[in-house]
Amino acid sequence: MDAVPNPWFSWDYVERNWSEVSEQLVIHTTLTLQAILIAFVIAFPLAVVARRIPRLAGPIMGVSGVLYTIPSFALFGLLAPFTGIGRTTVLIGLVAYALLVLVRNIVVGLQGVDRDVVDAARGLGYTPARMLFQVELPNALPSIIAGLRIATVSTVALVTVGVVVGYGGLGQLMFRGLQSDYRAQIMTATLLCLALALVLDLLLALAGRMATPWLRRRAS
Amino acid sequence: MSLITDAWDYLTTWENWTGANGLTTATFDGGWRFAQDSIIALTLEHLWMSFAAVSLAILVALPLGLFLGHVRRGGATTVVVSNVTRAMPTLALLTLFAASAIGYGNTAVILAAAIFAFPPILTNAYTGMADVDPDIREAAVGQGLTPRQVALRVELPLAIPLIAAGLRTSTVQTVATVPLAALVAGGGLGVIVNTGLATQRYGQVLAGAIIIAALALTIDFVMSRLQRAVTPAPLREAAATAA
Repeated sequence: MDAVPNPWFSWDYVERNWSEVSEQLVIHTTLTLQAILIAFVIAFPLAVVARRIPRLAGPIMGVSGVLYTIPSFALFGLLAPFTGIGRTTVLIGLVAYALLVLVRNIVVGLQGVDRDVVDAARGLGYTPARMLFQVELPNALPSIIAGLRIATVSTVALVTVGVVVGYGGLGQLMFRGLQSDYRAQIMTATLLCLALALVLDLLLALAGRMATPWLRRRAS
Repeated sequence: MSLITDAWDYLTTWENWTGANGLTTATFDGGWRFAQDSIIALTLEHLWMSFAAVSLAILVALPLGLFLGHVRRGGATTVVVSNVTRAMPTLALLTLFAASAIGYGNTAVILAAAIFAFPPILTNAYTGMADVDPDIREAAVGQGLTPRQVALRVELPLAIPLIAAGLRTSTVQTVATVPLAALVAGGGLGVIVNTGLATQRYGQVLAGAIIIAALALTIDFVMSRLQRAVTPAPLREAAATAA
């Protein structure tokens, strides 16, 4: 019996199946961005509350810590019976995992703001809201960007576990490649996952640099 | 809701815990494997796989991290290693291993889990050793301690809290990774969820997920106690902020 060729990589596979590959890549990318966006919208007020009312900091960190400890496989299994199989379930899981990293980094960023700067702003008559957005937030930005980068890179990797509920983006290709014993498909999906994580990480790092021009000026 | 009563029924049926035919099943080559229809057997298999993966990771990462931290070289490499493994999907490594010569089953899972358990142990052992106060190290050298004695009697005890924190991270992470074994025909508790999804028994899916989550939280709790026990009281504050 002639052995069927089973290469680890094949350009031919990529070209012939580009429409399917790119479709999963788009799903993977939009799912990641949507999850990070929603997680940030939830995490920011939580972090501000945890910072302002220290009594609530413990419960907020505790709950997001427990969510983070629950294995992704189990979380998708917990959600699937209620939210069905598909995008919503994966999205909720991804948001839950991104939450802890984001809340922690925003809190650390806000805690790290120089007290003298806050006092000076208060002396100038800043209202609490103005203080938050014009003084504390810009100062906490490096830590927030760092949190966004970690959360985004982990989320790209985590999307693949969505195959459990049939919606894993590039993970679908890995799983199908395994089922049909075709290595090139698994490898293509793996490389695209790593590339996506790298590109999003670089974009966030770049955005962070552009958002904090004063840090570069200070360095030079 | 019938879903929750289904899950409850699954968890309260004794046969689901012990398996229809005991905890082990005979294999064709005369050996045995854990029964895939028993919660107890799957939990034991889950723990055994996690233990094997973490032990493998410790065996390689701990000596390497301690040594690199002692000579304070390769800090950048450890950062790169942990960043790349964060971006690498567990499923990718798992399916790549299963499709390679390693083949389907628990071996591929243990190897993949060990690779993901590696970076937290390495980074924390490195940081723990390398970040010891230089004054302390100099004082030790000044008292005539050999480099070996400095490493084992001065740096190592001070690095213990961070090493324990890294061990906790990687253990909890491994227990959370092993359920994926069900996707590559391996064992462990993921089998309950996977079988439930495949047969559309969502009560069983819920029950399996609850068992896995409970196991992960229990292991996290046990490891946090262990971490506290090996950390000298004055160092606890520092360890809490570093982890």
